[in-house]
Amino acid sequence: MYVEINLLSIAVVLFLLPLAGALIAGLFGKQIGRSATHWVAITLVGCSFLLSCYLFAAIVLLGHPPVEGVIYNWVTTGNYHFDVAILLDHLSVTMLFIVNFVSFMVHIYTVGYMADDPGYQRFFSYVSLFTFSMLILVLANNFLLLFFGWEGVGLVSYLLIGFWFKRDSAVDGGLKAFIANRIGDVGFVLAIAAVLTYFNSLDYHTVFNHVPAVLGQTIRILPHIHAHVITVICVLLFIGAMAKSAQIPLHVWLPESMEGPTPISALIHAATMVTAGIYMVARMSPLFEYSPAALSLVLILGATTCLFMGFLAVVQQDIKRVIAYSTISQLGYMAVALGASAYDVAIFHLMTHAFFKALLFLAAGSVIIALHHEQDMRKMGGLAPYMPITYLTFAIGALALAAIPPFAGFYSKDAIIEAVHLSTTPGAHYAYLCVLAGAFVTPLYIFRALFLTFHGKKRHEGAVNESPWVVLVPLIALAIPSIIAGGMLIGPMLFSTPHLLGDSIFVLPQHDVLTAWAVDYKGAQTMALDASHTLPFWLAVSGIAAAWIFNMARPEWSDMLKKRFSWFYEILIDKYGFDKFNQVVVVQGTRRLGEFFYKVCDLMMIDGIFVNGSGRFIRLFARVGRHLQTGYIYHYALAMLLGLAVLLGWFVLGF
Amino acid sequence: MWFEHNILSILIWLPVLGAVAALLSKGDKAARLIASGFSIVNLLLCIPLYLAFDTSSFAMQFQENHLWISAYKIHYAIGVDGISLAMIMLTNFTGLLVILAGCQAIKVRVAQYMAAFLIMQGMMIGVFAATDAILFYVFWEGMLIPMYLSIGMWGSSNRNYAAVKFFLYTFLGSILMLVALLYLYIQTGSFDIQHFYSLHLSMHVQKLLFFAFLLAFAVKVPMWPVHTWLPDAHTEAPAGGSVVLAALMLKLGIYGFLRFSMPIVPEACEYMAWFMIVLSLIAIIYIGLVAIVQTDMKKLIAYSSISHMGFATLGCFMMYEIIRRMSSVPDAYMSLEGAVIQMISHAFGSGAMFLGVGILADRLASHSRQIKDYRGVAARMPIFAAFFMLFAMSNVGLPGTAGFVGEFMVIMSAFQAHFWIAMVAALTLILASAYTLWMYKRVFFGPIVSDEVAAMQDLNWLETTNYVLLAIGVFFLGLYPAPVLNLLHVTIGHILSLSMPA
Repeated sequence: MYVEINLLSIAVVLFLLPLAGALIAGLFGKQIGRSATHWVAITLVGCSFLLSCYLFAAIVLLGHPPVEGVIYNWVTTGNYHFDVAILLDHLSVTMLFIVNFVSFMVHIYTVGYMADDPGYQRFFSYVSLFTFSMLILVLANNFLLLFFGWEGVGLVSYLLIGFWFKRDSAVDGGLKAFIANRIGDVGFVLAIAAVLTYFNSLDYHTVFNHVPAVLGQTIRILPHIHAHVITVICVLLFIGAMAKSAQIPLHVWLPESMEGPTPISALIHAATMVTAGIYMVARMSPLFEYSPAALSLVLILGATTCLFMGFLAVVQQDIKRVIAYSTISQLGYMAVALGASAYDVAIFHLMTHAFFKALLFLAAGSVIIALHHEQDMRKMGGLAPYMPITYLTFAIGALALAAIPPFAGFYSKDAIIEAVHLSTTPGAHYAYLCVLAGAFVTPLYIFRALFLTFHGKKRHEGAVNESPWVVLVPLIALAIPSIIAGGMLIGPMLFSTPHLLGDSIFVLPQHDVLTAWAVDYKGAQTMALDASHTLPFWLAVSGIAAAWIFNMARPEWSDMLKKRFSWFYEILIDKYGFDKFNQVVVVQGTRRLGEFFYKVCDLMMIDGIFVNGSGRFIRLFARVGRHLQTGYIYHYALAMLLGLAVLLGWFVLGF
Repeated sequence: MWFEHNILSILIWLPVLGAVAALLSKGDKAARLIASGFSIVNLLLCIPLYLAFDTSSFAMQFQENHLWISAYKIHYAIGVDGISLAMIMLTNFTGLLVILAGCQAIKVRVAQYMAAFLIMQGMMIGVFAATDAILFYVFWEGMLIPMYLSIGMWGSSNRNYAAVKFFLYTFLGSILMLVALLYLYIQTGSFDIQHFYSLHLSMHVQKLLFFAFLLAFAVKVPMWPVHTWLPDAHTEAPAGGSVVLAALMLKLGIYGFLRFSMPIVPEACEYMAWFMIVLSLIAIIYIGLVAIVQTDMKKLIAYSSISHMGFATLGCFMMYEIIRRMSSVPDAYMSLEGAVIQMISHAFGSGAMFLGVGILADRLASHSRQIKDYRGVAARMPIFAAFFMLFAMSNVGLPGTAGFVGEFMVIMSAFQAHFWIAMVAALTLILASAYTLWMYKRVFFGPIVSDEVAAMQDLNWLETTNYVLLAIGVFFLGLYPAPVLNLLHVTIGHILSLSMPA
């Protein structure tokens, strides 16, 4: 029924469509006008979305075997072949579906959100270009093409954060994002180099098949310190993932990325790009499985990120920054799942999170445009009656994020907590505490945002109207999976045999937490109904209650707490001092070092002493030498006579 | 075709002829037309050259050989292999860009300017084509004169210092090379470079020769610590001069390493490999840091060029370490080919950025190159900003652009040589993005800084043409480098086998 070549060519068309959209919008946007631009871009991404549905159906639902194919040879050098080649398997088509769905929604939403922006066409061009890069990232069958997509999304993220380039804060945010990501890329590139050195190939399947052969090998890092090759590769890969997926300490760029327009916060900085690191680690599960040390690192960093970034969300006043810190925290949850070897669970949470977090961002965006680009929650309040659909959808997103059954987030987050509980990876106890505490913090911050924005007294002056349908349709379209996706997919993704992700994920038997949990699992409905017997559920409920008490019922209590624990509050407002450290040590330090090398080494030493110094020396030499040439004949005559005398003397006496 | 036997000579001397024609022409407009015409023809001549080139042979092709000075057996001997062919095509491409950019920017002594650059182009092609050591040396030095003149005549305020510094630096460097060539002549009785390869010299002699060559080539590349002429030369040179310097002249150093040092004195090269690796890494890191703090756009790009050239020298000399560690020769291909690709790709990115600085400076009465004098240019020149972003990204080494390919290949190879070489080299990912994008931010983004910037006009058709050509180059090399590599494989293999210590 399906011929291989067909699936491959469909995949090629699928990722070329958004590229075509980007080129048309970017090169000819001004000529064809605004509405033509958005029609073209939306239609092309829509077609791409339909094709990804088709591929999802073919491979996941109908069980077509994975397809791989080379599009063209990029570089051949020595024994190495680097190809532009794609892989269609369960994981990649699932990701295609998520990416294209959210991207399609965001494209539509943009029509409303960016309606009076002079950079309308440029924005569409960027968003389509982003979609293209993200599809490349997902479709790659080798580390190199993965890196192409990885850098492509980074570039577009940089461009989009700085979209309003006349605003310094936006441009700074973009630059910060790019450089933070490049720090991660150093790790990623080195990981690729290590893979090439030890596996002689960059193709996933070749690499994964040769893991046993490389297992015992070590790299000498320092004269007496050797490390396992697999561990080195995994740690380096995770450094890349840390930057992209905003894990401590490379998370600093994500809050700043909120300077960009809201649609891209939803698409790039919540649903897709930031999850690329999670996707990458899941994709590399055949490597990570063999490195307990790397898994531990992922687990511990993820758990730390998940809890401590959640705290920060509680004290933010900007609605987008609340959601941004929430995103970092949720990415921490996903990383925890990865560290516990529950890769399927991580992708499951990635998927539900993509829906409800994009929904939250877009709903927040709907509020922001209604209030004419006001983002401060202290100036909102009481908006629910004016924007019923926005309110309802935001509430759905908040419930899903807070892990209230039966919303999507409940299933995926509970699965993570359960997986960590069962995990034997070193650090799992710490991680378990963190994710449990996170279960309380998450509802606290998101319901704080909900109450401050939609409930209580209206603090905004001027009329507020519900957003137009182009904004509401994507909200509704995202609200539906935010409700049902969890219950629908938990069975197929985690407990059916084979799993929805099939062979894309590899787990060693001793790390397999899902099988251990499957014994207790009795279906999605039972899980939701039994939630009241579990600790996470009550933590979530008390989180909502706390948010209500401290923000609505007894707001004075929150001020009291702030005063009582002012030292802690200060730390939170200071964001643990990461920004200060980076500014003072990293940025200033680099600049000082550069100044030193330039002013002292280059200008003073090399130029001052050697280059101009030798110039001066020659001039001095010439000045002295010049006295020998006076131009007076009697000087020369005297010199000749003296010379003759010396020579004669030497001749006579010497022999 | 009828001219195939003499195609290399035509490529070398046609620009010189064009220079004479430009000088004799009446009026600036005629000089511009003549110069553009000659450089277009020269570029077109590369097509038959490329098509007729046999990529499966490492032998010199399109050879011409005439006795020139019989007393010393000096021949007018030219020919090309894969590397020189690639470099000749690059030279002609860049030559055309520079002439086109000059048509716009140069208002005084137009004919002389055109002539200087056409002669430079001819000399440069001569350097890449020469197979006789003295002929090579003549072209090598010959090209200094028009460059010196172009800095001294069309340069900016501090041009005399820069021009003399440039000339003395490079001339002093190459004088020792002449001594080395003479020594090799005495040993072989010929100036044919091929004959030098079969010499078996003692280690002591090899080391001396290595240093003689090193000085000449290291100054050209330039390698740390003999790099300080470049920022001065770049800042003072006219935009076209900067482009030629960055895109072509720096590559002569790498070309020299590949053509002379490594095949003639392989044991010495192996012995000195770590020394060279360390110098290259210093270039990458130290110069990268220096680039961050520059306030002059041209100086910044100049330092970034030095840093990028560090990758090329690293790729060349890492091969010894790779062969030692991996004990397999094919692994070293990537290192050397990465170095050559880096040479080529750097021409597009940095050449385009230097042109960009020229475009900006043209639009300001003060012709300032200071970053602080520009701000918010993107609002007034969106097309230019888009192009410049592309070239900046190539400079940063973003995948899909030319700048990525060489850097990637060298970093991949570096890991095979040593973990820490790769680690240090990879830091360029951070440094390059920091200096390039920080400059971009300060020049293009933010509110408009002055009325003069507010009055800037976007690119005209000539500038757009130039940038479209460069953009094609950047994308082509970045997305599909295979054809270029295909040109190099056999030649690199040959150089590799010659450069292996016995």
